[in-house]
Amino acid sequence: MSLVRPFDKLPTLNSAAILLVGTDESQQQQLAEAILKEKKNFKINIHVATSLPLPAERDHIRPRIDLIAFMINMQSKHSLRNVEASLSHMDANFFLGKVCFLITGVGRMNHCSVEMNAVRKLGNLYCSPVLFCELDSEGIRVATAQRLLRMLQICAGHMPGVSALFFSSLMKSSIDE
Amino acid sequence: MDETVAEYIRRTVLKIPRCQIMEMLTMWEFLSKTQLQTINVHQLKERISQAVVELCEVITSIVNDQIVSNSHNFVFTISGIFSCITGEETDSFNLADFKYKFKRSLRSALKNVTINFREYEDNAIWIRIAWGTQYTKPNQYKATYVVYHSQTPYVFISSLRSSIPLLCQALVHASNYHDIHEMELRSRCIDSLKDIVFKRYSQTFQTYHPRPLQERNVAPEKVDPRIIQENKREKERIQSVNQEIFGEGLQPKIEFAQYKLETMFKGEPEMDILTEKEPFRCVVKFSSPHLLEALKSLAPAGMADAPLSPLLTCIPQKARNYFKIKERKGILSASCLGP
Repeated sequence: MSLVRPFDKLPTLNSAAILLVGTDESQQQQLAEAILKEKKNFKINIHVATSLPLPAERDHIRPRIDLIAFMINMQSKHSLRNVEASLSHMDANFFLGKVCFLITGVGRMNHCSVEMNAVRKLGNLYCSPVLFCELDSEGIRVATAQRLLRMLQICAGHMPGVSALFFSSLMKSSIDE
Repeated sequence: MDETVAEYIRRTVLKIPRCQIMEMLTMWEFLSKTQLQTINVHQLKERISQAVVELCEVITSIVNDQIVSNSHNFVFTISGIFSCITGEETDSFNLADFKYKFKRSLRSALKNVTINFREYEDNAIWIRIAWGTQYTKPNQYKATYVVYHSQTPYVFISSLRSSIPLLCQALVHASNYHDIHEMELRSRCIDSLKDIVFKRYSQTFQTYHPRPLQERNVAPEKVDPRIIQENKREKERIQSVNQEIFGEGLQPKIEFAQYKLETMFKGEPEMDILTEKEPFRCVVKFSSPHLLEALKSLAPAGMADAPLSPLLTCIPQKARNYFKIKERKGILSASCLGP
């Protein structure tokens, strides 16, 4: 079982790789397809996993992972626990903007078994943006795919002058100044 | 014709969904084909039922047990006739003898009961009992149905009521068994109960040598090569564990599983109000239109770890879905005990 490191492999020309980690396979598949449908001018690889660490046998063929998106379903405590367990298997350098949390299932408040506070604390603790999205609806899925694609471009270094470290500005709320 | 019988037929016909009326009436077999053709199924249901009643006026004998085919509305429980056969039991089951003894035993205790018998091909005897008291006539609308397979020691009873001890006594007496006790297994689908108890569902056997999954005739999915699954092996493991636990075929249909917990509360040491004094009583109930299939699909859907807790997976094996869980002495885990 290998630790995923952000800078231990050389980047491939004009391509980027994103890793989706979460327990709900069908949701991941849908999001991956939505990302692939978007117009882009670079090659993209989407890796889908249920948890970290990733199996070691594929390590040599895996490209450098530029962005990791953890998917948490508010209706399932199991998904939160899974993500928390996976977070401890990551290299700390990833948390400089290359990680984000995707939260689904907030729309049906009376079915939520994960508290909002827990999710916010997670985002604060790991200094990573928390995106709320209802991946069941087509429009929100497309919007989330576009956002992720943009973030991926920045994390892979395809935007001159913009680096992943700038994502911390997404987390500052105007209240606490 | 008796007024109550007419009313009963009318209400029963009203209960049947419109698309199934013709089917039901043909099955009842007490209206001839020509009479059936005169009924117009497209009119208001009240008129249909009125028409049926009028046709039935002509017939003098109405057999109530034809209505048993409408059985899917009932919740069936199982009573297992416990322990062994006594010396009096003859090898060949005598149906007439059983009926006579049953009727006699029940009538001797309660005068006002209506009892009807009906035999089906697979050795099943359906008994319909309408209960009344000393002063009232039998209530035909809240009848109890009993299904007895003569070659097995099991009896299925619908809608448990207060007259159950009387019923059980009559059954024991009529079938020459020793004793009867209730199994903790309830469901709406009697075929599933039969499957569980007669072990007709696909069972699994414990494997000590894990084999690779057999090739299945699944068309290769069109997966985009840019989407790479990292945990293929883990998914295969979950599938094989699931298959080992649940087996290949369709699971029997159960709607509830109830766990009564009488275990000690294990909390923070600061909350010493609740710890160590008395067991923390709580009831956990799982309900679903098809519980066992739902449990089977939990691990592949990513909502639970495989293998599932044995408390959930032992339901068909132990033939019960109402459990009482007590503290196991010495070890801090829950165990499954009898009632």
